Amino acid sequence: MNENSVLKVNSLTVGYTRKPVLWGIDFEIPQGKIVGIVGPNGAGKSTLLKSIMGVIPITNGSVKIFDESLDEVRKRVSYVPQRESVDWDFPASVFDVVMMGRYGRLGLLNRPRRADKEVVLDCLEKVGMADFSKRQISQLSGGQQQRVFIARALAQQADFYLLDEPFAGVDAATEETIIQLLRKMSEENKTLIVVHHDLQSVKKYFDWIIMLNVNLVAYGPTETTFTKENIQKTYGGKLTLLSDVRNILANTPYSTKENK
Amino acid sequence: MQAVIDFFSFSDPNIRYVVLGSMLLAASSAIVGVFIVLKKKALIGDAVSHSVLPGICAAFLFAGNKNIPLMIVGAFISGWLAIVIIDYITSNSKIKKDAAISIILTVFFGLGVVLLTHIQHSGYASQSGLESFIFGNAAALIGNDVIVFSIIAIILFITVIAFFKEFTLTSFDEPYAKTLGLPVSRLELLLTTLTVLAVVTGITAVGVVLMAAMLITPAAAARFWSDNIRKIVIISACFGAFSGLAGAFISYMAPAMPTGPWMVVASSFIAFFSFFFAPKRGSIFLWWNKRQYIKTTDEENILKIFYQLGEPSDNFECEYSVSELMEKRTVGQDRFKSALNRLKRQNLIESIGENWQLTKGGMRESARIVRLHRLWELYLTKYMQMPAHKVHENAEMIEHVLTPELEKELEIQLGFPDRDPHESIIPRI
Amino acid sequence: MISFWIILTGVLVAVSAGLLGCFLVLRRMSMVGDAISHAVLPGIVIAFLISGNREPLTILIGASTLGLVTTFIIEYLHKKAKVQGDAAIGVTYTFLFAVGVILLSLFAGQVDIDQDCVLYGEIAYVPIDTLITASGINLGPRPIYLLGGLLIAIVLFIIFFYKQLSLTAFDPGFASAIGISTVLWHYLLMGLVSITTVVSFQSVGAILIINFLIGPPSIAYLITKSLKRMLIYTVIIGILIAFFGYQIAAYLDVSVAGCMAVTTGIIFAVCFIYTSYNSKMKKKDIELNRLAQPIGTV
Repeated sequence: MNENSVLKVNSLTVGYTRKPVLWGIDFEIPQGKIVGIVGPNGAGKSTLLKSIMGVIPITNGSVKIFDESLDEVRKRVSYVPQRESVDWDFPASVFDVVMMGRYGRLGLLNRPRRADKEVVLDCLEKVGMADFSKRQISQLSGGQQQRVFIARALAQQADFYLLDEPFAGVDAATEETIIQLLRKMSEENKTLIVVHHDLQSVKKYFDWIIMLNVNLVAYGPTETTFTKENIQKTYGGKLTLLSDVRNILANTPYSTKENK
Repeated sequence: MQAVIDFFSFSDPNIRYVVLGSMLLAASSAIVGVFIVLKKKALIGDAVSHSVLPGICAAFLFAGNKNIPLMIVGAFISGWLAIVIIDYITSNSKIKKDAAISIILTVFFGLGVVLLTHIQHSGYASQSGLESFIFGNAAALIGNDVIVFSIIAIILFITVIAFFKEFTLTSFDEPYAKTLGLPVSRLELLLTTLTVLAVVTGITAVGVVLMAAMLITPAAAARFWSDNIRKIVIISACFGAFSGLAGAFISYMAPAMPTGPWMVVASSFIAFFSFFFAPKRGSIFLWWNKRQYIKTTDEENILKIFYQLGEPSDNFECEYSVSELMEKRTVGQDRFKSALNRLKRQNLIESIGENWQLTKGGMRESARIVRLHRLWELYLTKYMQMPAHKVHENAEMIEHVLTPELEKELEIQLGFPDRDPHESIIPRI
Repeated sequence: MISFWIILTGVLVAVSAGLLGCFLVLRRMSMVGDAISHAVLPGIVIAFLISGNREPLTILIGASTLGLVTTFIIEYLHKKAKVQGDAAIGVTYTFLFAVGVILLSLFAGQVDIDQDCVLYGEIAYVPIDTLITASGINLGPRPIYLLGGLLIAIVLFIIFFYKQLSLTAFDPGFASAIGISTVLWHYLLMGLVSITTVVSFQSVGAILIINFLIGPPSIAYLITKSLKRMLIYTVIIGILIAFFGYQIAAYLDVSVAGCMAVTTGIIFAVCFIYTSYNSKMKKKDIELNRLAQPIGTV
């Protein structure tokens, strides 16, 4: 067992209405790395992040963060959902959204204090959005929206970040800003997991890689793991038998916890 | 009792009118409802049914009395207008569909209420009867009115049948329908028109407030009984007709009662019954299925225990005491014992005194399950890079669902193996 | 004085419902509010029958519980029985509403509400039901106190839990990731919507309450871009609707609640036309600016 392991996922199985979306996933992530998750559409990349964060329930298996359950370490973990997952017509300014990152640290009834506001402005500075703090969020471009989400995550001042497709639909400048920021964070010994879909930039961006297609195909340092053979295994449609079994499971009233 | 007999003998021509009219209009709106529900527009039906009220009242004010054809026209126009405005708001502002529906529904209904109270307060002599448009009164379906409503209902029937293919396709796969060159937006318009018409047919017997239910409820119920759209439409029509009959009956037995709510309650009972008891989809059915599945799993797990106990000595004809078997069980004592009894009934095991032993058939069955378990373990290690010590749990689950075809496929992909990842022999049958 | 009490009642209903409605609109759950408001009817009738019209608190608790139960039934039908979402809403509330109307006509003599009241309430009768102390001082209509208490509760609820309410509406995934239970806040909100519906029932009826829940917030949503301002505008619009609605109703001698709904429609139409005109002008401006710029700088 690795001393510095930030995240330990053990036999994780997740099923939407019985059909497994993730199946028997096992891996560990060391501290201070930028870890990419790649896999074809419907491979369960976002589901993996959501189940780690407890947004969707786990059918079987366990997740440990900093060797604790999520509830113990919530304040040290930050999650950036997909940009499309929210309604950008929502009546809120850039500042309001980034302030939401502080809500987890504020208690049940407390209101944001001056210190929180300073953190928010500082985070906006870091993503290059300081001039936009009063801007309404519906008036932002895709890249700017993504920067706001990153700033919100920064405002949480966490040690472990999970980002769902932060590079999807953003301009080149934003992509560069974000990756610089991520690198700087990893230099500060923070750990980052990033769902990614552009195979071209994997080697450039990530220290580690998780290759996923419902099952875990491979994981480890990018150099040794991101091989032609593994890419073929992840994206090639060779496991038809597996998907047949998944389809049968979808129509079976099975429940993994039933037989215990 | 005499009243019930009177009603069902249908000797009174008025009763015949009322029954026929109610059934016809309920069935026709149930048919249109199928497509509305399949297109996930159930709440539009709700908006339309509330929005026809100002049209009805305006027509009344205009004519000065209860002129049915004029009221139908009024209802049609205001219902139509409501849908058009809802669509316009949602496509031209950031207001979302649900909010747009709610606003238009209440503003139209509010306008209707204003007109209604105006009519009441200004003391029109013939205003009595206008209230029945709110909650319905099937008994009012007499004379020429029933003919008018029946004609609309028949028009609905014919139109749906004529455009059956097109409606089916657009509600199933709209983009594909577009690529086939179907006039999707015009069909949409037609369906909208039919929705308004269906609501209009119900204004006398069901009333405007609950008319939405006569569109949605029978269709939602019918969906649980079949996957075939033709059957769904027929079932929905039957459910609708039955609710119509119930409404007519109530209105005969208790003339003071509004009929709309009774029709809705009747069709709701059908719907709730369907949600719970319909084969294949109903909750109770699914629950029963799950129970059966757990039972089979228990049985198969016991057969596996027999196999494992016999494996070291390669003798599967040994007899074992219950306590020996129970040592390896994973379920409670009661479940275990009832599973043993079920296996006995299936002739897979037999009891010898206090002990149990596999029959010939039982041996084959137990070998089959162990074989599936080990094949799957091998597959997981070979194709999914799972470490050998982690595959057992997954195989415990999958062994119960693998079909003979998949078994064959597994063998081929694995190259007819002899041993599993733990070096145990994979039994052949 | 009578018109003052009626307008005040209207204001209290419109503001309470509107403040809660802001979060319904932002969560895209207007139709659930719609369903709750219809579905509390049988609860009100039954509570009336049992308590014999005397205890407002019994009626309040009994009927509001039914509103909450409605949301449970809808969730159950949708998630467990796999009924399509919109159909689950439609089937559930029409059924409960129908039961309510039937109960009402079965026990017409024993219950102090009639079908007109269900449709559009009897706000005009509010001033009759006055609270008089032992010493004979008239303290004003009883419903005012109930509605006023409710409004205070709602305002406090929103001030104290602004963080949770806004975050679960904007980004439920992020909210549950930082440990804010979306389910809990969903049911708290729905519980308050149920209570508001029940309390407002006598004034505006079961159907037009949706107008107060969804109308003012949607108008505010159109004209502002900040949640705090949306809440404030909702309050102002609510007051305007109550005031002008009553004036029109008094002038035409028609239903007060109906007129308030129509007023909402008029204000909505004005704001809608204004904002679409504005955004069109803005688009044109941007277009002109782009044309004015020298080629190559874009």
